Amino acid sequence: MFENYPILSLITFIPLAGALLLIFMARVSSVEAQEQLSQNAPRVALVISCAVFFLAMVLTFDFDSTKPGFQFVETTKWLGGGIDFRLGVDGISILFVLLTTFLTPLCILASEKSIVSRKLEYMVAFLILETLMIGTFVSLDLILFYLFFEAVLIPMFIIIGVWGGKNRVYASYKFFLYTLLGSVLMLAAIMWIYSYSSVSLGAASTNIEVLINELSIPKQTQKWLWLAFFASFAVKMPMWPVHTWLPDAHVEAPTAGSVILAGILLKLGGYGFLRFSLTLFPNASLELAPLIFWMSVIAIIYTSLIAYRQNDIKKLIAYSSVAHMGFVTMGIFTFNIQGLQGGIYQMLSHGIISGALFFCVGVIYDRMHTREISNYGGLVKRMPIYAAFFMLFTMANIGLPGTSGFVGEMLTMIGAYQVSPWIALGAAMGMIFSAVYALHLYREVIFGEQKNPDLDDIKDINIRELIVLTPLAFLTILFGVYPSLITDITSVSVENLIINFNAATALNGN
Amino acid sequence: MFNTITLFAPQLVLAFFASQLLSTGAFAKKNISIGVRNFSIFVLLGYSLIGFVLGQPTGTAFKGALIIDNFSHYMNLIIGLSAAAALALSKSFFQIEKLDRFEFSILVLYCTLGMSIMVSANTLLALYIGIEMQSLALYVMAAFNRDSLRSSEAGLKYFVLGALSSGLLLYGASLIYGFTGSIEFTQISEVVSSGASPGVIAGMVFLLCGLAFKISAAPFHMWTPDVYEGAPTPVTAFFASVPKFAAMALIARLLVGPFEGIVSQWQQVIVIFSVLSMFIGAIGALVQVNIKRLMAYSSIANMGFALVALSAGTETGVKGMLIFMSIYVVSVIGIFACILQMRIRDGMVENINDLAGLSRTNRSLAVVLTIFMFSIMGIPPLLGFFGKFFAFIPAIDAGMVWLVVLALIASVIGAFYYLRLVKIIWGDESEHDFVEAPKTLRGIALISSLLVFPVLILPLVSIPTQSLISRAASSLF
Repeated sequence: MFENYPILSLITFIPLAGALLLIFMARVSSVEAQEQLSQNAPRVALVISCAVFFLAMVLTFDFDSTKPGFQFVETTKWLGGGIDFRLGVDGISILFVLLTTFLTPLCILASEKSIVSRKLEYMVAFLILETLMIGTFVSLDLILFYLFFEAVLIPMFIIIGVWGGKNRVYASYKFFLYTLLGSVLMLAAIMWIYSYSSVSLGAASTNIEVLINELSIPKQTQKWLWLAFFASFAVKMPMWPVHTWLPDAHVEAPTAGSVILAGILLKLGGYGFLRFSLTLFPNASLELAPLIFWMSVIAIIYTSLIAYRQNDIKKLIAYSSVAHMGFVTMGIFTFNIQGLQGGIYQMLSHGIISGALFFCVGVIYDRMHTREISNYGGLVKRMPIYAAFFMLFTMANIGLPGTSGFVGEMLTMIGAYQVSPWIALGAAMGMIFSAVYALHLYREVIFGEQKNPDLDDIKDINIRELIVLTPLAFLTILFGVYPSLITDITSVSVENLIINFNAATALNGN
Repeated sequence: MFNTITLFAPQLVLAFFASQLLSTGAFAKKNISIGVRNFSIFVLLGYSLIGFVLGQPTGTAFKGALIIDNFSHYMNLIIGLSAAAALALSKSFFQIEKLDRFEFSILVLYCTLGMSIMVSANTLLALYIGIEMQSLALYVMAAFNRDSLRSSEAGLKYFVLGALSSGLLLYGASLIYGFTGSIEFTQISEVVSSGASPGVIAGMVFLLCGLAFKISAAPFHMWTPDVYEGAPTPVTAFFASVPKFAAMALIARLLVGPFEGIVSQWQQVIVIFSVLSMFIGAIGALVQVNIKRLMAYSSIANMGFALVALSAGTETGVKGMLIFMSIYVVSVIGIFACILQMRIRDGMVENINDLAGLSRTNRSLAVVLTIFMFSIMGIPPLLGFFGKFFAFIPAIDAGMVWLVVLALIASVIGAFYYLRLVKIIWGDESEHDFVEAPKTLRGIALISSLLVFPVLILPLVSIPTQSLISRAASSLF
């Protein structure tokens, strides 16, 4: 249906065009009109992001999930020297595009009231961020991928640094420099691949398809390159022990910033592992998989325990994100279909659940302006609807059957069990711990006695918040009871990935 | 004869009008600095474009003393345009500071003439003449605010250290002449490729040291922060941009011309310069509070990055250097156009904390400066990233992955202080308002920020630009 239309470019660049439109309108309008514009900016941004979500839905319906390989491919000459502007989606990336376009309108809706100063700039930053995130998932050129991947730092730095909490400067610095240091190592590796491709393939290329199918990198070098990519993705994931930027960034970021951070930015790392580490460096992946397993298990257990000790709600959820990302890395590096499917499923479901949890924190933060667990308690009497939503997402976070969290964790553990029962056992321990901290949080905040007198006149969620939380709740349950909605789309691409992986590792005598 | 004139037309235009304007200014009854400046800007624009208008003739002039090739055409273009921009920047500053003398424009013209000889030099003598012509003008420009202690100090410091570097350079040139028996690059190249004696190598090292001083590469960078800080800001803008590029181009011509036979010898020297510059620049900048000193250290670091490209000694290396330096020059001019807007009612401010809260008081300046900071940090999709990308690829091709990793780590360290600026602009509470900046400054800041904004990586623009630069680079080989 879209053979002749650059639909991926449209989806990617409509938010950017919207951002430019807002900037332009701000420049031409008079001072009084600017106030008005600043009030209306969230609505404009909402319309734009909804349109993008609609396009992404159309794209998904038109996507043929029975075909492996990339679809809707667009190629334009770009920098020359084998570096082209190439976009395309396969069964893995299309879901992340959908997730991004789904969460962004919700974020914009949620920030409409909670952001007071410089609304227009905030919306511009968010729309640019959306373009960059979608671009990361759809780009089929290594340099283009890096461009989007790295550029995400700019709006995110500004969102945390300008609209963040008290300690925002420290957090935004830490976020920026941590991820930058990781990414520049990947950049070195990308440059090496670019340079190597001209020797090995005859013509330099950064076309991902060409690199995956034709480039064969010597085993010893693969390890170095793998480590360089790993440095970047591990920081982004974030994996233990380079996760320390995440709690700080989460705590200081505004609600919507946290949602995007947990919901999508953390997935860039996992997506990178799937797209690049497994396909470009299969031998190194196989060889270094034990490293990933142990790091994942440590992440799952250790950060779950840390999460239990937190006094700050956002920090607790941030640590729980690190633990859940541990399941993702574990699943991806099992190299079997359950593990990979589970890893992808876990990423999507975590995107929805953690996003929802941060929205929930945002709801009470907007009313009370504190995130201390001890300041809450007994909310169930004042905010029954809120308590119900929070309950659902807490259960999903634990991985209760019937919610989407269960499917992802279950699948990754099945995958891991085939590789090593010990790993699966460690991960299962982590699931228990996750119940410990999540239930602890829920009990302290929602149940118990109401000690804080300020809570007396707290209001239950309003319509806007209901609109934000309902779709998330719906999807959490839908994906919990009907997982094949997702797995059907991903399965062919995942199988294809595994076939290629096995062929590559068998070829090199492993 | 006519052939020589066509070849030499850009330089002739400059020389003729510079002398004309000088005598006009000297005999004029009243201060005609505004007219001279405007006319000089036109002359510079004409100079930059005339080579292309004449169809890019190539060949040697004056019995081989100068060589005009696509490389010099490209360099003339960039030098002329950025010198014109730097001159346009100076207008409001000198008027408000009551320093507006017509000699400044003439000095810029002569300096540009020196640089255009540098980039076309084909003998050691032409090289020296070009460098000295450029430097003498720069010394005077540094001390242009002669009633200010800092400015005079900057000029004197620059002059003394510049004389030292000229000494090194001449000593190197004489060694090379002594051991090869020629001052012509082509003949030196022949002698060197058939086996270089230690004398030639020593001469080459001296020559490179002298030139390293001109690009302020570490360990010859000491003058940079003081001179940048002391000189009047428009002069600093000029210092930081054009002469750096010209000297870098001269180094490129030397390395792949006369010394192409001894790559392994000069590679070590360039790599040492490069690593030292990157780290001294990046770490030195961390503690600076004066924005001009910050830019000085930043330029030291950036010269290190450009040298990474050159260290490969290949055609892509030269191309990478040209791309990197072109982007660098555009950014520097833009950043200085922003710095020159930092004027409160009492005069110019130079402390970076004076930028606090800029995003509230002057949003467009804040956005423009932020774009520059992220660009010079090397964050995609801004142009600075592509500069670094094309500069580092050749080094990877040449097998120097470690050098590139070091360069990338240095740029992460560098990111810290650029981020500090962004933080101050967007995060801190404002202390004072800047007065409304003149149109020229805002215009130049806007144009250059649009240039580093990813407009230039659109395929429509990137492909012709790259082919222009490729042709320039390949003409050296």
